[in-house]
Amino acid sequence: MLAIEAGGADMDTDLVNAVFRTMHSIKGAAGFLGFTRIGTLAHGLEELLNELRNRELTPTSEVVTSVLSAADFMKGLIDAVESSNDADVAPFVSALQRFRPGACEADASATTVGPASGSIDASITLTDAVREFLIECRENIDQAERDLVALEEAPDSPALINSIFRAVHTLKGGAGFLGYGVLERLAHAAESMLAAIRGGQRVLTSRITSCLLAAIDKCREGVGLVERSGTDAALGVEGVLRDLRALDETDATTDEPCASREAETPPAVPLPRTAPATRPAAAPAEPIAGEKGSAAVAESTIRVDVCLLDKLMTRVGELVLARNQILQHAGVMEDSAFISTAQRLNLITTELQESVMKTRMRPIGNVWAKFPRVVRDLASQLGKQVRIEMEGKETELDKTIVEAIKDPLTHLVRNSVDHGIETPEARRQAGKPIEGRLFLRAFHEGGQVNIEISDDGAGLNVDRIRRKALERGLISGDQAARMTDREAAQIILLPGFSTAEKVTSVSGRGVGMDVVKTNIECIGGMIDVQSRPGKGTTVKIKIPLTLAIIPALIVTNGGDRYAIPQVSLLELVRLEGEQVTQSIEYVHGAPVYRLRGKLLPLVNLSERLGLTDNGARSTDGSSDAEKVLNIVVLRAADRQFGLIVDRVNDTEEIVVKPLSRHLKNLSEYAGATIMGDGAVALILDVMGLAVASGLATEMRETGLGANSVGEAKSGRTTQTLLVVDLGDSRRFALPTSMVSRLEKVRRSEIELADDREVIQYRGAILPLVRLSDVFGESAGIATDTDDLQVVVYSDEQHRCGLVVRNIVDIVETELKLESSQGSDHNLLGTSVIQQRVTDVVNPRNLARRHSQWSSGALAR
Amino acid sequence: MTRKTRQFCTFHVDGLFLGIDVQQVQEVIRYQAMTRIPLAPGAIRGLINLRGQIVTALDLRCRLGLPPRDAEQPPMNVVLRDGESSVSLLVDRIGDVVEVGDELFEPPPATIGTSARDLIHGCYKLESRLLLALDTKRVVELTAA
Repeated sequence: MLAIEAGGADMDTDLVNAVFRTMHSIKGAAGFLGFTRIGTLAHGLEELLNELRNRELTPTSEVVTSVLSAADFMKGLIDAVESSNDADVAPFVSALQRFRPGACEADASATTVGPASGSIDASITLTDAVREFLIECRENIDQAERDLVALEEAPDSPALINSIFRAVHTLKGGAGFLGYGVLERLAHAAESMLAAIRGGQRVLTSRITSCLLAAIDKCREGVGLVERSGTDAALGVEGVLRDLRALDETDATTDEPCASREAETPPAVPLPRTAPATRPAAAPAEPIAGEKGSAAVAESTIRVDVCLLDKLMTRVGELVLARNQILQHAGVMEDSAFISTAQRLNLITTELQESVMKTRMRPIGNVWAKFPRVVRDLASQLGKQVRIEMEGKETELDKTIVEAIKDPLTHLVRNSVDHGIETPEARRQAGKPIEGRLFLRAFHEGGQVNIEISDDGAGLNVDRIRRKALERGLISGDQAARMTDREAAQIILLPGFSTAEKVTSVSGRGVGMDVVKTNIECIGGMIDVQSRPGKGTTVKIKIPLTLAIIPALIVTNGGDRYAIPQVSLLELVRLEGEQVTQSIEYVHGAPVYRLRGKLLPLVNLSERLGLTDNGARSTDGSSDAEKVLNIVVLRAADRQFGLIVDRVNDTEEIVVKPLSRHLKNLSEYAGATIMGDGAVALILDVMGLAVASGLATEMRETGLGANSVGEAKSGRTTQTLLVVDLGDSRRFALPTSMVSRLEKVRRSEIELADDREVIQYRGAILPLVRLSDVFGESAGIATDTDDLQVVVYSDEQHRCGLVVRNIVDIVETELKLESSQGSDHNLLGTSVIQQRVTDVVNPRNLARRHSQWSSGALAR
Repeated sequence: MTRKTRQFCTFHVDGLFLGIDVQQVQEVIRYQAMTRIPLAPGAIRGLINLRGQIVTALDLRCRLGLPPRDAEQPPMNVVLRDGESSVSLLVDRIGDVVEVGDELFEPPPATIGTSARDLIHGCYKLESRLLLALDTKRVVELTAA
């Protein structure tokens, strides 16, 4: 409505478009709900605007006044919507008609000319009108989709049908006006079907729902197409249209060419004919209330660029710091006026900060909204019946987190439907209701958001998980025996694990849960799996409210402060006096501490960051001087380690700021923050520290665990290298960061594919590369051993197994590479390691070369 | 033909008279307390809190391969816009903003030190002395370090 007024004042093309669309939506909605007078008025306005749009009419002040008065009148009508059908709109309509040169024939020509001319400028560049249309389309499509799935649950709800109808109709109107004929036809077909359902001629079946959903998907595709190419001509809608038509055999009217229908007053067509008698009487309060409600919402919200919000956030952060400084200052001042002003400033700033934080919050329902559809499609594909229930849709999360959890949550939901909930047959036998139940719950607790995804399916078969994990070598025999069921359930989160008996298109390839876990942990969240056999599985996720502000432990080291994110923090250990020397022991030079009977590897932060001047271990003989040792026990992935710091200060809420690109490759830091006194402090990346300390490489069952700790030498550029030999004098090394696993493979396991050696490895094909072949070593591994040592390398695209003769050692050393003369791309360079000249292999290059042919097979 | 001129923000680093196009300079500030970054490349001296924005400080002496400055002489910050974020260059002393004509420009002599050659775009022959124009893109690019 306001758009009309604004539009009336300044008639440029975009504005007319916008006004036209608004009017058309009003007309559609009004017509559909039986408010014929509003519809008529809107129709009159719309036609007039169309001519303005086509330059058949110049916007004289007289025209504008007329349009405005009609719009004002319409506003009045909407306010008194119940009685609107009695109001007299004729004077306005005739006033509008007066400006039209050929009222009758324009009816037909306007609609044909309009879209054509619209398409001319629309297809060249995305004008504001088109962009707005696309945004609106997305919303309408989403809305329609949600409502459709909901409609299946409650097929009799007129409010839902109305809402879908309105969404589709708006889409059609907009598409028609801007000249997207294909979209228009599609929307029209869907609308006809909806009209039939609405009018009671048809009953909603799941087949119809599927068809309509398909049509909505097509619409979405079309919108995407328009966005990319500016035209929807390439959209193939025939299949969907045919399906819809096939369903429509009873209703002859829908076979009419859509153009002619559009040329009339479209929404008026289904209604007056189908429900003229029932409509006015039944005109339910519900949709009217909905109409009013949504209008109110529309006026109280605006679209804001996210960048602007981010900027606002930064500014508020600055304000908070300035406030802190002023407060400090106020503490020493005597001036009472200043003190009270400072306090007021304090209060306002806090409130402002909270409000700005809120602008970034989005309800989790935004992510959940698509799940009913996902579940419905998946369940019908798998022949299951699943009902989805949600609680706590309104739970709010920071925008960035909402984005980040979208994929993991979708994965979990799909998993539940695929693996969790049984087939109807199995459920009947188990004495459960045939329809499975998937329950999503979200709530705030302790400054975190909890999300639970539970199903009432078969639950996890922990024995099978143990067995599978053993088979795949993820755990050892006695580990399996010691494990509680609860612990066993967590195995499904390990990489390369899947219990699915058969691999489906949906899930079961053994990737996925670990990805979910990684993604959740990336945003500082935690994931936990609980399962009761026969009763179902619950996945619990805890994530922070926001990524921008996190609780952190502040420590001091070498005079500087560092922040450690609280999520990684397990406990603090303080050793004093003699304890310091007594309780630190060394395993092959690496310090460890016995924490409740378990060995906790220790990492000295100063050493790690290269801050020790003399290079001597501070935990060493000199430790008598410093009587106190502070150990911060941290968790990185599934490992624990102790970080030795000079002093533990306090926990604080810190604002995370990214580091500049120069520092991005320092994995030890996760970012930086500004402390209360305005100084900058670095945020430690616990995972990065663990990796840099050689703690987080995956070497559990290879028997190399003891060596892998290596000799922790102090130095800045040390790297852990895996040293191997090929059965002769030359030595080769690989950075352990590039080694994902070490495996022993029996000769008999090697198979040939495409004349290359491969093994089956974790459900996929792993090409083998004999380093001896690559580097021209003749000495045969071929003859004398039955077991081959394989170093497994994998990255996003490639995997390969490098066959070596022996694994010699793992050393941590300062890597000084000298590039090899022959510029062999298979080598990163040559270095002196343990007093021997060693070639450092570039596994990435080898893998790329040797796994090309099988990348398709390894894609998942 | 109108004479094309540019404005340069000038500063001194170990006897060199350097300049950066004012368009690229966000602001010039006094020495700020810095937080050092262990493990970072040598030229990165630390992080500065610039009104809530965290700015990385690069030592221009180190970038140009010049000897480190005296401890008692605090450097100045020339803050540059670097895409989304900002970078601060630590310099010895700030000079005036000078306007120079394009006709005074000449490419740098081939004989200047290798570490500096990549970073200096060229020199402007002012009346009294030479103004070396820094190639800011190269200066903030630390791929070599």
